[in-house]
Amino acid sequence: MKKTSSVVDLLLLLLAINVLATPAFSDLVLSKVERRIDVTSQIARVTKTLKVVNSGSESVSEFTLTFPKFLGNNLAYLTVSHSEGKGKAKRSLANLSVKEAHPKGTPDSISFYSVSLPKPLSKGDTLTLEVVAAFTNVLQPFPEKITQRDIHLVMLQESAQYLSPYVVESQSLSIKLPNARIESYTKLENTKVQGSEIKYGPYKNLAQYSYAPIVVHFESKAAFAVAEKLVREIEVSHWGNVQVTEHYNLVHRGAQLKGEFSRLEYQDRPNPQGVSAFRHLLARLPPRAHSIYYRDDIGNISTSQMQSDSKKTELLIEPRFPLFGGWKTFFTIGYGLPLGDFLFASEGKRFLDISFGSPMIDLVTEKLIVQVVLPEGSKDISVTTPFDVKQSHEIKYSHLDIAGRPVVVLEKNNVVPDHNQNIQVYYKFSNINLLSEPLMLITGFFVLFITCIIYTRADFSISKSSAAYLAKLQWDEVLATLQEVQNIIQKCVAAHDKLEASLRDLSRTGDIQTCKAARKSTDSFLKDLSKELRPLLASLQSFPSASQISPKVEELVAKEKELQEKLMAKHTTVVEGYEKKSSGRDIENRIASQQQKIMALRQEVDDLLEFIDEI
Amino acid sequence: MATLESPPPGTPSAMTNAFGTVLSALILLLIGVLAFSIRLFSVIKYESVIHEFDPYFNYRVTQFLSKNGIYEFWNWFDDRTWYPLGRVIGGTVYPGLTLTAGTIWWALNAINIPLSVETVCVFTAPVFSAFASWATYLLTKEVKGSGAGLAAAALLAMVPSYISRSVAGSYDNEAVAIFALIFTFYLYIKTLNTGSLFYATLNAIAYFYMVCSWGGYTFIINLIPMHVLLCIVTGRYSPRLYIAYAPLVVLGTLLAALVPVVGFNAVLTSEHFASFLVFIIIHVVALVYYIKGILSPKMFKVAVTLVVSIGLAVCLIVVAVLVALVASSPTGGWSGRSLSLLDPTYASKYIPIIASVSEHQPPTWPSYFMDINVLAFLVPAGIIACFSPLSDASSFVVLYIVMSVYFSGVMVRLMLVLAPAACIMSGIALSQAFDVFTASIKYQLGRSANSKDDAEDNTSTNNAPKDDSSSGKTDKGEEVAKERPSKKGKKKEREPADKPSVKSKILKKRALVLPLEASIVALLLLIMLGAFYVIHCVWAAAEAYSAPSIVLTSQSRDGLHVFDDFRESYAWLSHNTDVDDKVASWWDYGYQTTAMANRTVIVDNNTWNNTHIATVGTAMSSPEKAAWEIFNSLDVKYVLVVFGGLIGYPSDDINKFLWMVRIGGGVFPHIKEADYLRDGNYRIDSEATPTMLNCLMYKLSYYRFVETDGKGYDRVRRTEIGKKNFKLTHFEEVFTSHHWMVRIYKLKPQKNRIRGRAKKLKLKTSSGLDSKPAKKNPWI
Repeated sequence: MKKTSSVVDLLLLLLAINVLATPAFSDLVLSKVERRIDVTSQIARVTKTLKVVNSGSESVSEFTLTFPKFLGNNLAYLTVSHSEGKGKAKRSLANLSVKEAHPKGTPDSISFYSVSLPKPLSKGDTLTLEVVAAFTNVLQPFPEKITQRDIHLVMLQESAQYLSPYVVESQSLSIKLPNARIESYTKLENTKVQGSEIKYGPYKNLAQYSYAPIVVHFESKAAFAVAEKLVREIEVSHWGNVQVTEHYNLVHRGAQLKGEFSRLEYQDRPNPQGVSAFRHLLARLPPRAHSIYYRDDIGNISTSQMQSDSKKTELLIEPRFPLFGGWKTFFTIGYGLPLGDFLFASEGKRFLDISFGSPMIDLVTEKLIVQVVLPEGSKDISVTTPFDVKQSHEIKYSHLDIAGRPVVVLEKNNVVPDHNQNIQVYYKFSNINLLSEPLMLITGFFVLFITCIIYTRADFSISKSSAAYLAKLQWDEVLATLQEVQNIIQKCVAAHDKLEASLRDLSRTGDIQTCKAARKSTDSFLKDLSKELRPLLASLQSFPSASQISPKVEELVAKEKELQEKLMAKHTTVVEGYEKKSSGRDIENRIASQQQKIMALRQEVDDLLEFIDEI
Repeated sequence: MATLESPPPGTPSAMTNAFGTVLSALILLLIGVLAFSIRLFSVIKYESVIHEFDPYFNYRVTQFLSKNGIYEFWNWFDDRTWYPLGRVIGGTVYPGLTLTAGTIWWALNAINIPLSVETVCVFTAPVFSAFASWATYLLTKEVKGSGAGLAAAALLAMVPSYISRSVAGSYDNEAVAIFALIFTFYLYIKTLNTGSLFYATLNAIAYFYMVCSWGGYTFIINLIPMHVLLCIVTGRYSPRLYIAYAPLVVLGTLLAALVPVVGFNAVLTSEHFASFLVFIIIHVVALVYYIKGILSPKMFKVAVTLVVSIGLAVCLIVVAVLVALVASSPTGGWSGRSLSLLDPTYASKYIPIIASVSEHQPPTWPSYFMDINVLAFLVPAGIIACFSPLSDASSFVVLYIVMSVYFSGVMVRLMLVLAPAACIMSGIALSQAFDVFTASIKYQLGRSANSKDDAEDNTSTNNAPKDDSSSGKTDKGEEVAKERPSKKGKKKEREPADKPSVKSKILKKRALVLPLEASIVALLLLIMLGAFYVIHCVWAAAEAYSAPSIVLTSQSRDGLHVFDDFRESYAWLSHNTDVDDKVASWWDYGYQTTAMANRTVIVDNNTWNNTHIATVGTAMSSPEKAAWEIFNSLDVKYVLVVFGGLIGYPSDDINKFLWMVRIGGGVFPHIKEADYLRDGNYRIDSEATPTMLNCLMYKLSYYRFVETDGKGYDRVRRTEIGKKNFKLTHFEEVFTSHHWMVRIYKLKPQKNRIRGRAKKLKLKTSSGLDSKPAKKNPWI
């Protein structure tokens, strides 16, 4: 389709040229035109050097550039600069502003661009203009469908003579091809082929709108990688990171694959680079890029390599499968950049200075959307770009945002690597905002813990006076009292043990005095304990809910007392026996019965203790 | 809560109480972290990606849910699978997992934490295994106290059997179902212990969640009635039992019937009948107890004879009705999977499609050691510990382990149900053993100190710190160390700082006191056992169970080699074919194709229609032309086969091929397994049968394979292929992945009919073997 339409364009153009003779353009003369077309990649890059002479009577401040419409429609990038000086010392000055123009009475088959000159060109003056233009989609694959084994041929249509509304005195054209394999080219007079370069001209003194269509048919091994849509999200975090995420919808725009895809043949080919498929793409990321990832909808893609040094980071990515003509794929790459390299401050504002286009080499982007996500709370946002882009604003909600982050959305169609110039996003941001999210988190957790504390401390029973609640309170008290009683009894038991120990000591050392002293201290200790015990028992009896327990407790206390008495008695007997210097056996006999009773009592006390323990 | 109940703070016992509670809370938190992080090996070693087959379906459903909302989800008719039949997803899926992950995703997004659905899905399983270990703590605590609870929780956090189903990315029903299972059991035991209706209601809700999550809920609804019956038979009937059971059956059945996939099955299929039967029995028993309470013993005797005679009659009628109901349904009212549970040989005899799944096979002995490791040895000890003393709760866990051991012996997959039971038992065993050993050490040290220096007062109190430090030193084993201190805390809770009473107790339990050296050695051995378990679990988590199976890696001399062929070809399908193209493949790859490539498939892993699968199986085992006709009649555009012969990937389609033949032959009798076997051997070399060498699967797998090395050496089968050079007439290769693991073919369009050629063809077919062409294709 495209080809036939361009043929129609050509015809129209030729027709129009015949009719055309607009006097407005007659003042200027192009004394010398040099054109170089570089088609080594999928982009046709045209560089022109135009020497303009004003041969009219009035000074001219505008210059008109023309392209055939079929090229003009695919124009992705155009800059015009003028250079001063001569020879080697020549230096380019600032770019001139270029506008698309539609002069009256001109045919539709020509695109016009008017360039405003830096200063009006007065009579007889000359000026050298440097024009750089990049075209996409002008290299047409032909044949349009090839098999895996075929070589990839493309076709370029141009004019051997420079299409211009001005008279051209001398001109030449050179086309730089990727390699010397040229299928065919239009032969005109003065055509030369030097290796991979075709030269047309020089041609002298051609009239306005001269046109000599040429077609070059040659082999191209370049990757015809086109991103149908590329979304770049640049998220600025003032915690020190600029996160770039790029979503590519990639397609191979070369000749389409016809017939089978055989992995065997693909892998057998000694030189896999180029031909009808491409394997990898090279992305040149800014230096110090880190945390690079490469994935798609269904996970990580493990085929990528990275090399980095202080000047650049190179990422060689391989799509999941080799891309043949017409095949598509989708993937995402992401990387972090140090904030300090890209964010600067000026006049109370901050600005982000970052590249606009994709870091991929030789990639054409049909639709590029750049979303610059600024931190929450940024104000007074403005953007400066070196070329026209469509701007809009959005809000994005990300981690813990309340107001949302302002997003600047820049859209541009037909983007080529020449557009990889820096854009500046200016905004105001106060550092206090930086702390808002941590503070929010702190507050959140603080509130959570406080609530927990209050919940565990407070009593949420529905009724404070309900019988069950009161019973529970009372039961708690009973348990507490019981606990204390138990403690005291345990202490008593410990005291008994001490007493026994003192007896054992006695039997070993025969020291009656120490034993007596121990007895005395234990006696007073036990008395104190029984004093403590009395109020507890009284209170226990007063509880109605303890009615079942209190008899047991009383029994325990009674048994304990009995045990105490028996122990004392035994102690006395033993000490007396020692004082009387009775034989060990005698004493043993005397206390044997006591000992039995003590053991029985102790057993009972233990049992009772266990019972109480289980309540 | 413990702090609330204890006497005013400041007293030492309150402090130790609080300390114990905080310590066990901290330990539980650490167990949760452990359970979560041990499952992250797959993310670290591979990537954050959904694993295997079924998880991809769940992931796709979750995506749909998060995009379209819950009402659309219930009504979702999926036309991208089982073409041309489609599948009613909302009515045939257990929605628990999907709804859980969807809710988590929604909640996170509501507070502006923009996690992707995929991330949420990947991490659902690890999060829920942390929950599961906490639920185990609660359950075991109800049975044997918090010491055993902590030990069981720590064991469960890393039991390999559970890890195998819940690593990050393994987004399957079991991930949440095990938590639901344990939690339901916990609430049942809690209700049984407290007799509280509140817990009974919660129990029904937990049961509902379990029904939502997994078909394994029938395990609960059979186990609990069995336990109730056990309690009744052993004379342990109590009102608490009634409260625990009756509301569960009524509410639980009503709630279960709300889940579309269960619906009326909750009252119609035999799996649920046991619960209703026990429901009747418990009411009869309750009535008997009530009557016993109000009647005099003499009257009661009369009543018993009366009731027994009437009851027998009623029972007979009920049994007759049940038998009639069961007999009237074709499979006897039992679904195939459940039947294969009761009769392990059922599936392999009657349903090849169930038998063809590896996880439905009975496990081997090594897999027990692999999956529960040392727990297998600790379980008997735990069972013994549960019998001293036997309570309602401990009888339940005993019943649980017995049943789950049986079921795990039937199906590998049900090993998962065994794992929690084994952990609980081992936790109890470990905790009891530590109790005994540390107590003996304490006692022996105390005694020796006593005999050494009699003069010293308060020997036991002096000994306490010494004892603590010594036991603290020995406790270096991981889960052991975790479980120990809190047990101490618990002990302190019960007998606050009263060593004499401890001593008197020990005197009482003198039978349990072991010699000092023996206890120390036993402790050390137990710690070593625990350490061995930990090492094994970490190894299993890292090496055995974390592979996502869609990405394969191999370690070779020149570093790690990644085989990402599946995703390569799914990505190719998704970007380079028309969105409505149909892709035919064996059902294993159905879920992945719909989820990753977003293409319509003929059959998928939800094997609900055997005929449809048999059709694909038939096509794969037919010669090219017949296969083309079948596929064409199904509107198939691409055929995908998995081939491992080039790199030696063993689970490829050639190895699964006999199942295709069997399943296909089960429905279309002209496919005979014997035709593909040479003397009963399955082979693909030059000895293979012509039927085998001419079937579509063989051709698609080995198309141009011989050109790779000149011989056609298959690295999986370790042989040269039989038929080497052949052309495809009805299919063309459109994509083959990097390592040839996935090959995609396109059906060639039908050729224009030429009069002369058609005649020739006719002549050929009439003379050839192909006598019944009409039978070949079921779809025309």
